[in-house]
Amino acid sequence: MISMVLRRIGNAVAVMVAVAFVAFMIFQFLGDPVQLMLNEQASQAERDALRIRLGLDQNFVMQFMLFITRALHGDFGISYRNQQDVMSLIAERFPATLELVLVSTIIALSIGIPLGVYAAIRKGSPIARLLTMFSMIGVSIPSFVIGILLILIFAVQLNWLPAFGRGDVVHFGSWTTGLLTPSGRSALVMPALSLALFQISFIMRLVTAEMLEVLRTDYVKFARARGLPNRLVHFRHALRNCLMPVVTMTGMMIGDLIAFALVTETVFQWPGMGQLFVQAVMFIDMPVMAAYLMIVSAMFVTINTIVDLIYLWVDPRLRQAGAARGYHAH
Amino acid sequence: MAAEAVLDIRNLVVEFPTRRGVLTAIRGIDLTIGRGEILGVVGESGAGKSLTGAAVIGLLESGGRIAEGEIHVCGRRIDQLPLREMQKLRGRTIGAIFQDPLTSLNPLLTVGDQLIETMRVHMPLSRAGAMARAVRLLQEVGIPSPELRIAQYPHQFSGGMRQRVVIALALCAEPELVIADEPTTALDVSIQAQITALLKRVCRDRGTAMMLITHDMGVIAETADRVAVMYAGRIVEIGPVASIIRAPRHPYTKGLIGSIPSLTQRSERLVQIDGSMPRLNAMPEGCAFHPRCRFAMAQCRRERPPLMPAGTSEAACWHLNGEVSHVA
Repeated sequence: MISMVLRRIGNAVAVMVAVAFVAFMIFQFLGDPVQLMLNEQASQAERDALRIRLGLDQNFVMQFMLFITRALHGDFGISYRNQQDVMSLIAERFPATLELVLVSTIIALSIGIPLGVYAAIRKGSPIARLLTMFSMIGVSIPSFVIGILLILIFAVQLNWLPAFGRGDVVHFGSWTTGLLTPSGRSALVMPALSLALFQISFIMRLVTAEMLEVLRTDYVKFARARGLPNRLVHFRHALRNCLMPVVTMTGMMIGDLIAFALVTETVFQWPGMGQLFVQAVMFIDMPVMAAYLMIVSAMFVTINTIVDLIYLWVDPRLRQAGAARGYHAH
Repeated sequence: MAAEAVLDIRNLVVEFPTRRGVLTAIRGIDLTIGRGEILGVVGESGAGKSLTGAAVIGLLESGGRIAEGEIHVCGRRIDQLPLREMQKLRGRTIGAIFQDPLTSLNPLLTVGDQLIETMRVHMPLSRAGAMARAVRLLQEVGIPSPELRIAQYPHQFSGGMRQRVVIALALCAEPELVIADEPTTALDVSIQAQITALLKRVCRDRGTAMMLITHDMGVIAETADRVAVMYAGRIVEIGPVASIIRAPRHPYTKGLIGSIPSLTQRSERLVQIDGSMPRLNAMPEGCAFHPRCRFAMAQCRRERPPLMPAGTSEAACWHLNGEVSHVA
């Protein structure tokens, strides 16, 4: 068990080194940063000074080692755009994105799973059909359309909720949260909902499909034949066996959302990492792009490792040493 | 007999409504099982044996319904009970054992969890009390070091051991009747004998009535007290195992018994029943077996034979008066 945990963590580290290499290569191929940063009139001495300051006078391997050592210390250099420390730029933006993504994921799980179970056990009933239809619509509409519709109704027409921004935030050291102020909470509602709608529909459909399959299995039939009440059959026996794919998809979804919340962030002017990244791309701001790549990858890898560990916790069959089977061994 | 019968099925008819009309899968069967008795139900796939078991426990699949007849368990009529009442009976009064022990257990719960959960649904037991009972029960069904095994998951058990766990689960709330649907079919032959011996022992020790559904005449011969032979949704012959094996009356039963290879006698070739069972939507007139029967006569094609007494058993055949008993 412990060796499996260590192996998963070893894999995660290997992936991160590979990602770091790719991030580092951005610097090698996207032009000379010194020319981008200094103006035309800069002297050769100034150029050399900056070159040394950025570590660009060293050879390739040394530069990569330096890049990794610094990255481990949270030092991704300075932004080419406004010469600010990249890490503090990202640290400012990261809490906003993470808060948005986590809140919408929690909404999605707490609505999507019960609806999915309902649609499966009441299959064919009018409400279940309606739910299935809505979930189809939910996975089809892009989130920015939902965002704009929400703004139109609740901000422009009804004037209930703010149309953009994050409201007032409370600082905890370097972390900021909008969850503790009324304006912060009301600013979060619409972006979180517009992100969550797709996830709700997606998780609901996934849970329904898995439940219908599990409800046909022999062990569910045998549980019924032992006289267990529906509550136990549906939740203890059936739902538990559906959770593996849900855990997998939720993990991937959180990663996706952190990486691609930029559309929603743009629609709602949400001051998160997505916005920062869009600006960095427009300015060819390499350190920011590299840091963004590293941090998003680190999130993905962390989440995937956690998902793997949850597998081990949920499914006893995977705990046996060396078992690297898929989760679908029904 | 009927008064103290644990299971009493009267004129049971099971139908499946489909888009192209109603299919009748069970066409009126009567049977009883007494305390401690094992009734074997035998027949080809599709004869309606498993459906009979499913109807008793109220778990007919995909729209199947009891269209006629009554099912009584311990003197109580159960075929019209609401779901809640039926759930109280399942496990508590009627236990069930299914064919495949590899898929009958929930892979994510320990064997002990599944036993304790089932007992506590039906009986007022503390967790510790249920745990102690579960250990004794595992011991009773022949699982070594049960106090260790109880904390293990199904994948840590072999097929035969898992079927023992399934049997323990079926018995854990002390049912009066057990429906065992092909309990040994998925097991190795050597394990089959152990499991049949176990089933026989628990029925004797606990006085449990059992409906043993199988297509294997050998298992029936070893285990059952009486046997009901089913064909196309009806019982064609029913009676004590010894007399039916020794002197089958119905040509179909003769075919079934003739198709068992024997180690002691060297026969030219095994008897084979030609053709296959009629489809549910194409039942022949008269006796359902007549298209495959070597002795079919005009009456068989016209009129369906009822179950008629024949020695110690009953059979549904127009040939009961000895004309064909020497053949096959």
